[in-house]
Amino acid sequence: MSAERRIIPIEPAGSPGKSAAFEYISTRKDELIGWARKFSIFPYPFVTACCAMEFMAVSSTPYDTDRFGAALPRFSPRQSDLLMVVGTVTHKQAPILLKVWEQMCEPKWVMAFGVCATSGGFYQNYAAVPGIDRILPVDVYIPGCPPRPEMVIDGIMQLQDKIARQKHVIVTKDF
Amino acid sequence: MAAGPRIANPVRSAFAPGERDDTVVVSIGPSHPATHGTIQIFAELSGERVIRADVHCGYLHRGFEKECEAHTWHNCIPYMDRLNYCSPLINDFAYCDAVERLMGVEITRRAVVLRTLLSEYSRLCDHITCIAASLMELGAMTAFLYMVMIRDYMYEHIAALTGARVTHSYGRIGGLARDLPPGWLERLEEILVQYDDFVGRVHGLVDRNRIFIDRMRDVGVLSQADALSYGYTGPMLRSTGLALDLRKDTPYLAYPELDFEVPVGIKGDNYDRYYVRMREMDESVHMIRQCVEMLEPGPINVDDRRCSFPEKPLVYGEIESLINHFKLVMEGPKVPAGEIYVAHEGANGELGFYLVSTGEGTPYKVHCRAPSFVHMGGAHKMLEGYQLADLVPTFGSINMIGGECDR
Amino acid sequence: MKSSAEVFDRIASRLSDREGEVAVSHGILVANLAPGGVLAAARLLRDELGFDVFLDVTAVDWPGQDPRFEVVWHFYSTSHKVRVRVKTRVPESNPSVPSLTPLYGSAAFMERECHEMYGIGFEGNADLRPLLLYEGFVGHPLRKDYPKEREQPLVAYRPGFELGERG
Ligand code: SF4
Repeated sequence: MSAERRIIPIEPAGSPGKSAAFEYISTRKDELIGWARKFSIFPYPFVTACCAMEFMAVSSTPYDTDRFGAALPRFSPRQSDLLMVVGTVTHKQAPILLKVWEQMCEPKWVMAFGVCATSGGFYQNYAAVPGIDRILPVDVYIPGCPPRPEMVIDGIMQLQDKIARQKHVIVTKDF
Repeated sequence: MAAGPRIANPVRSAFAPGERDDTVVVSIGPSHPATHGTIQIFAELSGERVIRADVHCGYLHRGFEKECEAHTWHNCIPYMDRLNYCSPLINDFAYCDAVERLMGVEITRRAVVLRTLLSEYSRLCDHITCIAASLMELGAMTAFLYMVMIRDYMYEHIAALTGARVTHSYGRIGGLARDLPPGWLERLEEILVQYDDFVGRVHGLVDRNRIFIDRMRDVGVLSQADALSYGYTGPMLRSTGLALDLRKDTPYLAYPELDFEVPVGIKGDNYDRYYVRMREMDESVHMIRQCVEMLEPGPINVDDRRCSFPEKPLVYGEIESLINHFKLVMEGPKVPAGEIYVAHEGANGELGFYLVSTGEGTPYKVHCRAPSFVHMGGAHKMLEGYQLADLVPTFGSINMIGGECDR
Repeated sequence: MKSSAEVFDRIASRLSDREGEVAVSHGILVANLAPGGVLAAARLLRDELGFDVFLDVTAVDWPGQDPRFEVVWHFYSTSHKVRVRVKTRVPESNPSVPSLTPLYGSAAFMERECHEMYGIGFEGNADLRPLLLYEGFVGHPLRKDYPKEREQPLVAYRPGFELGERG
């Protein structure tokens, strides 16, 4: 993934001598909405297993996801836009995961946190789903068992890049 | 759900909604903000009061036993870590101890003391996690942040030794994976001093806090008779006033040489469970300091070619060691046929391993007697008769760990 | 407190009246009983010998042997600080043992687990709904003849993914 930064061009006001530098900006609608959305991620933590220990560490003082605008977990799927699947998803859990995902409003993103959510990890047996992408579309995968907090933060930043590059439809077909 | 069961429901409640017309049945979980861990509770409410509760676990059943049967005795160790992932080292050592007793291997003195030290360190982490999470669910965010901060120091510190923050895989059959890195014990002492500071603040914040006491005192009371009948062990049982601790009663590792107390509660309510855990942490710190004193230089692995790996230089330079290494990796250590049950005092209670071997390099059966699972069997006793909102602190103080409960 | 050897002697003398072998293995007293004698033995252990904690019940599958299943109980005594293991064998055609729910509250959950994992029936336990598995799961995964990777998903996989395909 390219590390290219999206910069919103800000045009200074025309008349010299005036110090109001921010009278108007010109940008594309998608870039503006993407820029706004990427810093206001409301995650829904779908926490199941050992990865939760790292999730606790990431979201509290030492690593602090607040710096990325993604600190405030929303415990209602209807109010959140990022589904963080933290830990193993078993076949028993799969219907619940799907239900939660369907309740989320568009636009929504899904993060697979840890190898269990990514591919089943080292539980390759009758009970575990070998990767949640068999059930939902996933936007960002974070490998590791459990991933170190730095990796999670990297994952969040990659997701932000992805959001900034997306098309943001405001009025959808079935609106 | 108007569309009918398009998404299948994995569980069936013990009581149908609408059996009585003065009650409501609500389903709480398995993904609920106030219950850390995946558990589903069907609660029948009369007003705000829970009159019947039906607890469902199993949302994290990952086929632990089946996986173990497909791996060698050594390769099972990472699966042990993920049972009780708050205190992985205790699981590792309990399992290794069981295999060693079955093989008749006696581990070295240094390994015994280090295992004791690390078990207590792990217990400290576990209790911190438990208390942090249950305080957060009651809204005490500051206490949570303090606790997680000190826990993070511990994680980084253990990672310096084992290479992983949460899932360490540090135990080995016949000893430990590696010896302490330089400076590890000095940092340990620093952390223990900081621990006192941080936990002291938590004591100051919540111990005599009116709101906290109102939520915890006389809520979720468990009688001693019920606790025994439902097979409760560990801090849960001790909170009812019974001083039972496997570290005292069935001595293992270096515990007989240590000086420690077994804290007990008075009536088995949530506050007692909180306080027993807090006191146990202080005892653990005391034990860790004693273990550091007892630590002497020496080998950490037994010199037994049936289970421990030969030194790396020998593997590269000598055909016997190379074959030995190969045999241990490819076929696994050959454990004599037989069966054994070994229990250690886990952070939540009696953590037992029932192993069956047929003399092969892979286990025939590895069964884990997990305290959380047994505790869930009696959880309805602590929920029934209390308000719906009391479910949150009660459930938090049970400290259900999904990995261990559902295996 | 008596030494565990004395306690074991006393228990062994009480248990061996009811035909079965009793021996000590790795610090645990092991009693091999007939399936019919388990409930009475458990009652004796609880009421007269002080085994007040019921630790665990599980089974071991020995395909090709007859009787096929071995059911294993563990008990702990908080007064003597010792453990007892009770074992019995049941055939595949009728894998059924008495339930200990009348004696111990903890038996209910553990028997549910053993039932779904091995298909052992517990007479007297009315509530054997799936606990760790889910409604609609066919078979008993911990039996040796259940393939480790046979999945039974509740949610259909998305297009492009096939059942049983890994990696
Ligand atoms: S990825 Fe590893 S740490 Fe995370 S849930 Fe799976 S087994 Fe646990």
